Amino acid sequence: MVSLKELQETTAEELFLPGNSTCAGCGLELALRWAMKALGPKTALVAPASCLNVVVGLWPKTAPNFPFINMAFAAAAAAASGISAAFKAKEYKFPGKVWGKMTSLVFAGDGGTTDIGIQGLSGAAERNSDILYVCYDNEAYMNTGIQRSSSTPHGARTTTTPFGKQRFKKNLPAIVAAHNVPYVATCCISYPIDLYEKFKKAKEIKGFRYIHILAPCPPGWGFASEDTVKMGKLAVETGFWILYEVENGEFKLSKPSKKYLDPSKRRPIQEYLEIQKRFNTLSEVGLVKWQENIKNAWKYIELELELKEKSE
Amino acid sequence: MSQKEQEIKFISGNVAAAYAARSAKVQVISAYPITPQTTVVEKLSDFVDSGDMPAQYIKVESEHSVMAALVGASIAGTRTFSATAGQGLLYMSEMVHWAAGARLPIVMTIASRGIAPPWNIWADFTDVISQRDAGWLISFASSHQEIYDSVLMAYKICENEEVLLPMFIAYGGFVLSHTSKPVIIEPDDKLEKFLPPLPDEKGWPHIFIDPERPMMHGNLIMPSGFYYEFRMKIHDEMMKSTHIIKQAALEFEKIFGRSYGNGLIQEYKLDDAEVALINIGELALQAEQAVDELRQEGYKVGSVKLRHFRPFPIDEIINIAKKVDVIGVVDRDTAFGSPTGGAVSSECKSALHNTGIDTIILPIITGIGGREVSVEQQKEEFKILMKLKETGELPKDMIHGTLWDGILEVK
Amino acid sequence: MWKIIAESKDKRPKLQNYKNWNELSPIPISFPCYGSMGETGDWRVFRPVIDKKKCTKCGFCWMYCPEGVIQKSEDGFFTIDYVYCKGCGICAKECPVKAIDMKRESEFE
Repeated sequence: MVSLKELQETTAEELFLPGNSTCAGCGLELALRWAMKALGPKTALVAPASCLNVVVGLWPKTAPNFPFINMAFAAAAAAASGISAAFKAKEYKFPGKVWGKMTSLVFAGDGGTTDIGIQGLSGAAERNSDILYVCYDNEAYMNTGIQRSSSTPHGARTTTTPFGKQRFKKNLPAIVAAHNVPYVATCCISYPIDLYEKFKKAKEIKGFRYIHILAPCPPGWGFASEDTVKMGKLAVETGFWILYEVENGEFKLSKPSKKYLDPSKRRPIQEYLEIQKRFNTLSEVGLVKWQENIKNAWKYIELELELKEKSE
Repeated sequence: MSQKEQEIKFISGNVAAAYAARSAKVQVISAYPITPQTTVVEKLSDFVDSGDMPAQYIKVESEHSVMAALVGASIAGTRTFSATAGQGLLYMSEMVHWAAGARLPIVMTIASRGIAPPWNIWADFTDVISQRDAGWLISFASSHQEIYDSVLMAYKICENEEVLLPMFIAYGGFVLSHTSKPVIIEPDDKLEKFLPPLPDEKGWPHIFIDPERPMMHGNLIMPSGFYYEFRMKIHDEMMKSTHIIKQAALEFEKIFGRSYGNGLIQEYKLDDAEVALINIGELALQAEQAVDELRQEGYKVGSVKLRHFRPFPIDEIINIAKKVDVIGVVDRDTAFGSPTGGAVSSECKSALHNTGIDTIILPIITGIGGREVSVEQQKEEFKILMKLKETGELPKDMIHGTLWDGILEVK
Repeated sequence: MWKIIAESKDKRPKLQNYKNWNELSPIPISFPCYGSMGETGDWRVFRPVIDKKKCTKCGFCWMYCPEGVIQKSEDGFFTIDYVYCKGCGICAKECPVKAIDMKRESEFE
C-alpha cells in the first residue's frame, strides 16, 4: 500500500486541468483525477456520450491534458479496440517508440455501459481486446437530467421513475467476470489510494481489464456537495458497495471491505438511504428488499472465499 | 507479403477486393460477415492469419462496432479497410456519418444487396444510395478488375490532404461478388509509384493521438460557433475533389495502362450518338454490348458509365446533355417519394436545371432486388429513347413520370 | 496556418482565433488549457480557508479535492487556488482535525 506522502511527491501533476464545467463536488471528477494520476499522460481516453463528454468544455478550449476522443454512445468499446489495434500496427511499423506503451482507455458512464454499450463491452471482453474499460457509476443518466438506467438501484426516484424504481441494480462486474477476462475490479471514490493501486496494477496487465467505480452525484442523488466522499464511505461501510478484484478468475476482497464480512460490523443501510433525497419514497417493503439483497451479496462473497480456500 | 511480379488470378469480385486491400498495405481491418460480402472477410482472414499480410484484424461483434473500430484506428493514424452490404451498412449508419464528419480516409467496399423486409440478397444499390448525404465519396465498379483498381485509386484520392474524406466502392451483390474473372494483381514496385505512403508516426495532419501534442476532437460547439462552417467545409471540399479524382485516374492510366474515362464518367461511342443511356454498376458494361449490337443495325446510340455518384459530376452531365437530344438515366435503386423515384435520375435532372439545355431526361428504374436485366431489355430501352427523340412520344406504362422497366405482368 | 499549430506543441496558441471559414482546420480541434469554462472561482458561495495553526500537513484535503486546486507548497502546507475553487466543501468536511473553515464569500469582497 503506497503512502499518501509518497503520492504527494510523485503525482503532483494534474492531468485533468481545473476550471472545467463539472459540478462542485462531482464524484466523476475525483475518479478521473486519481485514475489519470495512476495511468499517466501516455493514455488515449475514449469517452462516449456521458457527463464526461460535456464537462470537458466548449470548442476551442478543453480540460484534459492528454489525448481525448469523443465518441458516439454505443461505440466506445469498439473504438477503443480499434485504437489499441492501431497502436499495435504502429508499434510494428515504428518499433521501440511510445506506441507499445500507450494505454487505450474507455471512461464510460453507467448508461453507456449497462444499457446501450453492453454489446460493445461484451464483444470487446470476449475478444480479450487490449483495452482498460472503466465504468463510473452515478446510477442514472445524469447528463440528460437524471433518467433511470439499468444501474439505478431499487426504490430510487428519477425523472422516469417518479415513484421509485421497481427493478434492481444490474450487477455488471459479475457479468464481465463471467467473460473470463484477466482483470475485473470495483472501486469507490472515497478510497483514492485503493483506486490508485488498482489502476496501477491494471496498467501493467495485457488484455481486457474492467474497473467499476461508484461515483456519487450531488444533484442526482439529492445531497449537499460537501458530502460526496462521505456518501462513498457509507456505501462501503453499510456493505452495499463491495470492493473486490477478480484476477484471472481468482477472487480477492479489497482491504477497505474486508472487515464488513462480519455482519455485525456493517452499519445499518438506513444511514445510507435516508440522507439521499432520491430515496424518500422508499417503502418498508423496499427497505426489507435492500437488506435482503445486501445479505445475499455477502453470502455469495463468502461462498467465493470458501471455494478459494478449498482449492488452495 | 510482397508481390514481386504481376500476376493474373481467376478470382471473384469479393476476392479481388481482398487482394486490393493487401496491395494497398492496409494496416487495420475490422469486419463482420454478411451475405454477399462474406468471402471478402474470409479471404482477408486467410491473408492475415497466415502471415501474408501484417495487418491487425479485429473480429468485431456487429457492423456498428466495425465502423466504430475503424474510426478509432483511423484517428490513431493508420490505413484502414472494411467491407459490408445492405443491412449491415444501414446498421452502421450513425458511425458512417461520424467518419465523414471527422474527415477520416477510410475505404469500404459494398457488395450491394436489396433492403429488407422482405429478405433479398441480390444486386440492388439502394443501400449505398441511402447514405448519399453522409459525406462519403461514392463510386460504382462495373467489372472485377475495376473493383481492384477502384480500391487503389480510392486510397490515392482519400488520403490527399485537400480531400481527407472516406469512400464507398459499390458493386452488385452476387453479380460481381460471386462470379469469377481473370484479374491482374499488380506488383509492389509499380504500386509504390502510385499509392501514397502509409501515414507516418505523426498520423494524419488534422487529427492524431499523440501524448506529446494532446488535443481533442469533437467538443460541443454552439450554434453561434463555427458548427455551420465546419459542415459547409465538407461539402465544399467534396465538390473540389473532382479534379483530384480526375488526376488520380490519369496517373493510374499512365502507370498501369488501364483507362477509366476521366475518372468521374466513362463514355462509350458518344461522340456521334443521338441518344444516350447513363448506367451505374455492371449494367453499364452490359450496355456497351447493347450499343455495339444496335450500331450494327444502324442506330446511332451511345452509353455512359457513371463511375462517381458523389461528388456528383455536374459538368460532365451538362457536356453529355449538349451532345445528345435524349438521355435515359437508369437507376438500380429506389428513392421513395423523390421526384423521379430513383436517386441518380433526380440528381441528373437537377444538374441540368437553369442551364438552358433542353435535352429530355427519361428516368428509368430496373433490376431492383437483383432482377435480371438482359441485353435485349437494354436494347429495348434504347429503342424507347429513339422513339422519344423522333416522335416525342413517352412510353405507355410510365408510373409517376418514371419508366419502371421489367415489371412482371400479373395476369 | 492550422497545420503549423497542429504540428508542434510549442507553436500552438492558447486559444484559436478565426475570422472566417477559410482559415478553419478541416475538423474542430481543441487544445487543453486551464479554465476551459472560465474562472470557475466565481461559482463559490462559501470559501475554504486553511488554519495553519491546526493543520497537521496530512494531505487529506489534497487527496479529496475533486478539482485538484489544492497544491502542496514549499513549506509543506497546502494552498488553495481561489481562481478555480468551486467551493464544494469536501476539503472542510474531510479534514481530520477540522482545520478548514468554510467562510462566506461575501466577507472577502
